Amino acid sequence: MNDTISARAGGPLLDIRDLVVELPGPDGTPLRALDGVNLTVERGEIVGLAGESGSGKTMTALALLGLLPQGGTARGEMRVEGRDVLSMTPRQVRDLRGNKVAMVFQDPMTSLHPMLSVGKQLTEHLRHHKKLGKKAANARAAELLATVRIPDPEQALKRYPHQFSGGMRQRIAIAVALACDPDLLLADEPTTALDVTVQAGILRLLDRLRRENGLSVLIITHDLGVMSALADRVSVMYAGRIAETGPRAEVLRTPRHPYTRGLLDALPHPGAGTTALLPIPGSPPKLGLAPSGCAFHPRCPFAVDACAGDRPELLPLTEAHATACPVDPLADRTSPETETTEAGAR
Amino acid sequence: MNATRIFLGDRLGAGRGNRSDPGRTGAPDAADERAARRRRRRANKSPWRSPLAVTGLVIIGVFLVAAVFASVISPEDPLAQKWPKYQAPSAEHWFGTDQLGRDILSRVIHGTRVSLPLALLLVVLAMVIGTVLGAVAGYFGGWIDMVVMRCADLVLAFPAIILAMAVVAALGPNLTNAVLAVVVVSWPTYARVVRGLVLSLRQSDFVQADRLLGASGWRVLAVDLRPNLAGPVAVLAALDLGNAVLLLSGLSFLGLGAQPPAAEWGAMVNAGSANFDAWWVAVFPGAAILLSVLAFNFLGDTLRDALDPRTARAIRG
Amino acid sequence: MSTSSADTGVDRGTSRPGSAPVKGAAPGRGTASAKRRSHPFARFVLVRLGVGVLLCLGITILAFGLTHAVPGDPVAANLGQRALNDPAAVAAFKAKNGLDDSLPSQYWTYLTNLLHGDMGTSQQTHRPVWDDLGDKIPASLELALAAIVLALVIGVGLGIVAAVTRGRWPDRIIRVVSLAGVSVPVFWLAQVAFYVFSFKLGWIQAGGRLSPGAIPPDDITGLYTVDSLLTGEWGTFGEAFSRMVLPACVLAAFNIGVLTRFTRAAVLEALGNDYVRAARAKGLPESTVIRRHALRPALTSILTVAGLTFGGMLAGTVLVENVLSWPGLGQYAYKSALNLDLPSIMGVCLFVAVVYVVINLLVDLLYGVIDPRIRLS
Repeated sequence: MNDTISARAGGPLLDIRDLVVELPGPDGTPLRALDGVNLTVERGEIVGLAGESGSGKTMTALALLGLLPQGGTARGEMRVEGRDVLSMTPRQVRDLRGNKVAMVFQDPMTSLHPMLSVGKQLTEHLRHHKKLGKKAANARAAELLATVRIPDPEQALKRYPHQFSGGMRQRIAIAVALACDPDLLLADEPTTALDVTVQAGILRLLDRLRRENGLSVLIITHDLGVMSALADRVSVMYAGRIAETGPRAEVLRTPRHPYTRGLLDALPHPGAGTTALLPIPGSPPKLGLAPSGCAFHPRCPFAVDACAGDRPELLPLTEAHATACPVDPLADRTSPETETTEAGAR
Repeated sequence: MNATRIFLGDRLGAGRGNRSDPGRTGAPDAADERAARRRRRRANKSPWRSPLAVTGLVIIGVFLVAAVFASVISPEDPLAQKWPKYQAPSAEHWFGTDQLGRDILSRVIHGTRVSLPLALLLVVLAMVIGTVLGAVAGYFGGWIDMVVMRCADLVLAFPAIILAMAVVAALGPNLTNAVLAVVVVSWPTYARVVRGLVLSLRQSDFVQADRLLGASGWRVLAVDLRPNLAGPVAVLAALDLGNAVLLLSGLSFLGLGAQPPAAEWGAMVNAGSANFDAWWVAVFPGAAILLSVLAFNFLGDTLRDALDPRTARAIRG
Repeated sequence: MSTSSADTGVDRGTSRPGSAPVKGAAPGRGTASAKRRSHPFARFVLVRLGVGVLLCLGITILAFGLTHAVPGDPVAANLGQRALNDPAAVAAFKAKNGLDDSLPSQYWTYLTNLLHGDMGTSQQTHRPVWDDLGDKIPASLELALAAIVLALVIGVGLGIVAAVTRGRWPDRIIRVVSLAGVSVPVFWLAQVAFYVFSFKLGWIQAGGRLSPGAIPPDDITGLYTVDSLLTGEWGTFGEAFSRMVLPACVLAAFNIGVLTRFTRAAVLEALGNDYVRAARAKGLPESTVIRRHALRPALTSILTVAGLTFGGMLAGTVLVENVLSWPGLGQYAYKSALNLDLPSIMGVCLFVAVVYVVINLLVDLLYGVIDPRIRLS
């Protein structure tokens, strides 16, 4: 069924072009939170969106749902099945939300309503969007809970979020998101608030849903480990822009943007023995305070004078792989971190 | 009814602060965004730029000037009974004359000398008593805390005006006892809020550090905590000023506060109930009460917005 | 503010964890609660009940203390000057209240008298205070009920509108209006309203519960509107209802202000929660998001305020009742205070404080109904 729609609509399921989001600053002047973001998600594809806190990952998802903070504005194009969300009426956007595009939030402890039963939270949008009766909606809800492997689904419907563990709650949140059979799932740090063992279960669940239901997932995370486990393609964001984008294997194995490289070096590698973790020095710029040129240049070990000048555009390296950095960190050494570690050791 | 206001604020305050706040456990991304939003909001709302606060300040300024220069600006002697009774407002008597043929404008102007200083005095009294008791209770805990807070609970279980009436009934109706009565019913608000603030501040790093350096309990209270309590207590006092004026004029209206022939707004409103044809007798002094209370509330409300949201919630009301 | 008890989220002021000795506060409940003791909510309610009982005890001590703090002779204060010339009356009073005993035993006498419904004799009416209260309570109750319903409907409504339109003009207007509501002196508002609507325009009757000479309906609940409906006396109902409009509106004005401000703050706080954003992300209509997802958590604090407001209203009617000659508790308390009639005013104080305790208990119970975390955890 998905195939026929896809064939009819043509093009990717989600196509974001030149998305600019501005939020009101302290004195009312708009500050750029997103600055020309391009992103596509194909059907049945899992795309990872990586970056540090405040890089604009979550803002991208919120813009797509029309849920920007008060006073926030979005420009550009965001097409879902070819229809531009930004030119839709509020009503049409609402019909999209939770229905075609659903979102799972970061913290299952706070994203489920503490005073509404699980059943209510699973069925309220189901009944609204799909016009189901109470009985049918409850049956569907129990089915959903079974899909996300909640034991005793019938009973679970009558219970409240605080009666479940964190991992269970995130499964419930995913079930809520899946209720209306969406084409696209926006998963914002779906495992960050959870234990590592629980994380793996959630990731397996997402992967299974993609395989079995043809679900597309945009997974937002600062954890490249999650990416490497799940994503088909990865985009790395920094200060409201895409720094690098490409197939997972290429981006994670041969990162071309120094920022991607920095993120990878900051990851523990179980096999790598005693190699020290390398944090990226400094912190990402505050909203509206991005430096000129490449926003990353003050923190970049490869920065040259030119980096502070013109802002580098996203340039294709291969058909699918593109980076917004003209410097090739791999030019004549195998890996920059060996050098810096050695320098540090001396 | 002003009663409810007084104990409402802190009843809720104490509760709200204690309640777990699920939104607060958000992970870095959301927390950062929230913090940024908070900063923006606070920067937006400098109290001195808000039209409400400015209006309040201007009104209070006018009343203060009237109080200081009452004998200069008021056209007549507030106690002189030399005009016909119940004269409607005219060019000669802007606010008319009352049942004894006194000039109401002059009496309203002189009324500022009763209501404002007394309100100020009793708020300061209640503030000092409540703050000290609350701080001591919160800091030292134990039986002191127990005794102080139980007393506060007791007082708060009574609507302020009834308790104030009981106090006045026991001590005799005059303005001093009315002020005393209002102090008796007002201090627990401060004690509650301050105790809560002290409890949370006591855990903070800078207090712990100072204690490790060997500071005594009193020193910590005086040096470390006082600056952190000053803001919230000041806001609370600003909000309380309006209540104090209302309660005091209410007691006077009932004849339990200021006694004739004093020019007191509440008592003047009461005089108006004797003759409804002479609407001006009650309307102008009542409007003076409304304006002054409104001004204090405009100011207090705006000031509260300038506090950080957690503290503001503690003294919402 | 307190860091403790954050997880239960229900500690609200009158009791702090561990500070109130609760054991034994509810005698005779041992067997009944044996099974329920395992249930946290039942225990929570019992704890609150115990705190309430303790608070009532404290109130009696305060009332007792105030009566004895009166400068001068308690006999004079309680019997009035005239009775002092009657040695028999003085002796009887002293014997009944054990005035020659030590203070603690005097208090004990006072307490046992109280538990038997003996609150002393009013000096103005020369009737038992308890009987006087019985006459006055329904009038104030009727007025307070009408006012709280009015205040809840308007106040909560305005508060929601203000929260939803935060920072825009409806919010600003509502802010000024609600501040005006809490700033207006009720005694003046009552007078002005009476002058305009009754005296000048003649739109509405005011003063008293019924027109002079009208026969009140049979005493079933004591609330004239309810009783007249129950007995089918439509004329009386219309009369009682229309006379209640003005005092109820005036009484509600202040509380509308309070409730508006609290509702706004509570709804705003709720709207900032992640689960509200999650509800919006589900594509629900905004009205559902507000009603179901934001208002529900806000309801707990609105309820607390409403409960306190109601308790305050019962006696806070003093000023309104006096201006509009409503023969309720407030007027009674006022007359007592003016005549230094201590037994009566202490009776009113005790009644109001007990109402406060009972209402708080009800609010706590309602918390459990609203919030499953309290009910089930």
